Amino acid sequence: MLDTSTVATHPLFGRLTLESFPYHEPIVVATFVAVVLGGLALVAALSYFRLWGYLWKEWFTTVDHKRIGIMYMVLGLIMLLRGFADAIMMRLQQAIAFGGSEGYLNAHHYDQIFTAHGVIMIFFVAMPFVTGLMNYVVPLQIGARDVSFPFLNNFSFWMTVGGAVLIMVSLFVGEFARTGWLAYPPLSNIAYSPETGVDYYIWALQIAGVGTTLSGINLICTIVKMRAPGMTMMKMPVFTWTSLCTNVLIVASFPILTATLVLLSLDRYVGTNFFTNDLGGSPMMYVNLIWIWGHPEVYILILPVFGIFSEVTSTFSGKKLFGYTSMVYATVVITILSYLVWLHHFFTMGSGASVNSFFGITTMIISIPTGAKIFNWLFTMYRGRIRFELPMMWTVAFMLTFVVGGMTGVLLAVPPADFVLHNSLFLIAHFHNVIIGGVLFGLFAGIYYWWPKAFGFRLEPFWGKVSFWCWVIGFWVAFMPLYVLGLMGVTRRLRVFEDPSLQIWFQIAAVGAVLIAAGIGSFLLQIAVSVWKRRELVDRTGDPWDGRTLEWATSSPPPDYNFAFTPMIHDNDAWWDMKKRGYKRPLGGYKAIHMPSNSGTGVILAGISVVLGFALIWYIWWLAAVSFVALLAAAIHHTFNYHRDFHIPADVVVRTENERTRLLSGQV
Amino acid sequence: MTRFRALALLPLMAVLSGCNLVVMSPSGDVASQQANLITISTLLMLLIIIPVMVLTVLFAWRYRQSNSTAQYDPDWDHSTQLELVIWAAPLLIIICLGALTWMATHLLDPYRPLDRIAAGRPVPADTKMLDVNVVALDWKWLFIYPEYGIATVNEVAAPVDRPIRFNITSSTVMNSFYIPALAGQIYAMAGMETKLHAVINEPGSYKGFSANYSGAGFSHMRFTFHGLAGDGFDRWVADIKAGGGKLDRDGYLQLERPSENEPVRRYGAVDSGLFKAIVGMCVEPGKMCMHDMMAIDAKGGLGLAGIDNVMPLMHDKLSRRGTAVLGPAPVYVAGICSTEELTGRAVESSLGVLNAPADESPISGAGLPRSSITPISAPASVFGPRLTANP
Repeated sequence: MLDTSTVATHPLFGRLTLESFPYHEPIVVATFVAVVLGGLALVAALSYFRLWGYLWKEWFTTVDHKRIGIMYMVLGLIMLLRGFADAIMMRLQQAIAFGGSEGYLNAHHYDQIFTAHGVIMIFFVAMPFVTGLMNYVVPLQIGARDVSFPFLNNFSFWMTVGGAVLIMVSLFVGEFARTGWLAYPPLSNIAYSPETGVDYYIWALQIAGVGTTLSGINLICTIVKMRAPGMTMMKMPVFTWTSLCTNVLIVASFPILTATLVLLSLDRYVGTNFFTNDLGGSPMMYVNLIWIWGHPEVYILILPVFGIFSEVTSTFSGKKLFGYTSMVYATVVITILSYLVWLHHFFTMGSGASVNSFFGITTMIISIPTGAKIFNWLFTMYRGRIRFELPMMWTVAFMLTFVVGGMTGVLLAVPPADFVLHNSLFLIAHFHNVIIGGVLFGLFAGIYYWWPKAFGFRLEPFWGKVSFWCWVIGFWVAFMPLYVLGLMGVTRRLRVFEDPSLQIWFQIAAVGAVLIAAGIGSFLLQIAVSVWKRRELVDRTGDPWDGRTLEWATSSPPPDYNFAFTPMIHDNDAWWDMKKRGYKRPLGGYKAIHMPSNSGTGVILAGISVVLGFALIWYIWWLAAVSFVALLAAAIHHTFNYHRDFHIPADVVVRTENERTRLLSGQV
Repeated sequence: MTRFRALALLPLMAVLSGCNLVVMSPSGDVASQQANLITISTLLMLLIIIPVMVLTVLFAWRYRQSNSTAQYDPDWDHSTQLELVIWAAPLLIIICLGALTWMATHLLDPYRPLDRIAAGRPVPADTKMLDVNVVALDWKWLFIYPEYGIATVNEVAAPVDRPIRFNITSSTVMNSFYIPALAGQIYAMAGMETKLHAVINEPGSYKGFSANYSGAGFSHMRFTFHGLAGDGFDRWVADIKAGGGKLDRDGYLQLERPSENEPVRRYGAVDSGLFKAIVGMCVEPGKMCMHDMMAIDAKGGLGLAGIDNVMPLMHDKLSRRGTAVLGPAPVYVAGICSTEELTGRAVESSLGVLNAPADESPISGAGLPRSSITPISAPASVFGPRLTANP
């Protein structure tokens, strides 16, 4: 509790002191020790196997959309573990903090955990997963050799990593925000949160936001300009369509988040009064602005996943997607409507009845195209030959789970119902129902579906099925009690409880969380087992699922240049159409292929940005100035880099393609 | 099969009946209507959700690969009639739900005075609405009864079947005022007044709390709402009056300091202008109220003179004031009133700021006309020197 008007800042260290390190929090110290030991082991292993040069040359500096896509997935997976650790700590706290018990987390720690959980899961788990899949799949689906701006793609990825790094740093240096994941003022203003937590929040999101916005621009350009000849808009695969709409949403909405956070930073750093209580500020403005970004964000996550389900349902039913045109229009309608519903996040802020009804009804209208999509998948399955491989299992689980989440969502869109359910655990159950039951199930379907494409071998199904059942059952066990608790009038973000009759429900929810932990564990085990048995699980055809879209036309993993010859498109299931018409893969006539060169500038720029963010968080002004100048200098220096492209010589292409011919003919 | 499924649901029903689903079975008319709305909307949506779930399972089972008897039609991807149905069915349900939403939202608008106290029982013509002013503090609730001149902390009561109007504000951060058994919630925000109309139909004690996270003491920000029948409410008021104690502005400034786990407190008397001052964020003496500021601005504002009509802010809300590190020293807009009133109040006040020697020299600034307004402390420009730490 500050009682002073000035902040003591050291010229060298800003407000960073020994006290900033949470060495008095045993949980954090134990985590820190584990992370350091793990990190040292990793560094030692990488050095022992002499992998640093390989990682730097082949991965960190790569501009290949496929490798960047895979790195996004790795980032998402690592951050999933962190975000889930937060989740299980919350579940444990809420399961034991009854009858006068304070549980094992104090308010200072617990409030950071639920904030970090939300921020990490949305920005650093769901977003990297979604962006990673789009990055990997979209250029392949449209028959392109890379994205429009390959270096920008690398830079975008590293900026996202930069944001994640800052959040991880906040665990061990200083603290994270104690405001909830959207950092509503006045609580997030300097008056009520004078410590570093909100500054970590702001700069982590700003740095990652640069990456997200640029990658959105990149993918829009790619989809609009780089489609193979013959692929008109209405012949694009549905996943590409949903990716296009998602990236339009990203480009239109992330600048709002950036601007809102800039205004909040100005309030916190230079004493303006945009969102303060006093002197003409309006916290309600922030709530509006953040949700004008926040609601489209929900659709940024769910639309690509709808695309994944469309691809998976069609492929594993062995059938054309039912109602392609209405599917596309439904996607576009959702894209537009997602900008007209933001106020439903705060009906309780006191708007008039007509305003509330308007936003309630627009929200309900979104459920019409969404419902149409569900029916389209349903009728794709109808008269199909459904193969229940893992991606299809996740899809059916999604259809059964997501409709429940959709129903409770429409219920929350009825303003008088929202007055009693807003901010309750019913709301928490609802959005986990759509984000886990929708986004996450879809991401798993996508990961299992495209894994053979990315690595050339399938994932071993046994541990995948264990993971599937743990996740699905775990989800229901963890979140159905929260629906009940919401109807019992229990609100969110509580740390301790008085009413002992609630405890059983929290204990059930904790069991669900443990089941989900088992699901995550089996998934990791599955990857390990599959890598171990990769020779048995190998896929030489490049088309293990009898696929329909272009990515299955090339080898698994695809060569650096994706396609030796740009394909001609005649149908929206391009590869299915080619197979049906007896497509013969050309065996000669290869030419040298023009490709972009790797660059380390992305890593360097993002690294400097992290330092700049850290300096601004801790008021280390000299470091902020130095790193800002360095950032500009590095960016300008990159403009003088003329080694931006090269040609893969024709004989390398010939060798690669002959190897594929050999694999396809089965002479291994 | 169905019978077995129903049997499987039995334990779930047993557990559910053992717990108190207060949102679905409340004790106030407004919350009851909201609960009915939840039920009706859910049933309406189940009309389409259940067929979808059944069809999903049915199709997944029937068209599995191993079932070679099922029809396989790999190129069937369009049917205009079917598409019409799959767009029209959700549309029809949303039209019904939308109409229901429009009516219910207007009928249950928290700002709208009640016209019934329960189903079939309109508000009697001679009923006087009970006004309760609610202030969300860090981290407790203050209730002021303007009609009775009493105030309470973390306890609120109302007579059964008498319409209540809550006038809600906050001293610092955003909270949400929620008594699930009575009516839906509404945000409490500093410098603003939200309203909630409600009525309690059954006597009893109900839980109330903040439903919007507001900082460290949030979990304990609870209070009890008593629905009192017969002359219970009058006795409750009389008890408080007899208990004595007065909540004046100084007392309020002490009370609003952040604290957790506050016990119930009762005040037999309360400063009559206190709530208005809290909403205007001007309980601290010498600070201009929001409504005064808005009135002045509506008349065209103070012009350039307004720039200098500020005072250095030493303690706003008495504690935990961080300061924007690169910004000017924090200030507040000084109230404009007679010198006598200001200095008079400063003398009574026990607050440090106002005990400082009053500087009664006229306001000055570049190009300003000489003003007759006399602030009581040295005029501080927004660009003035930074304040030093308060030891």
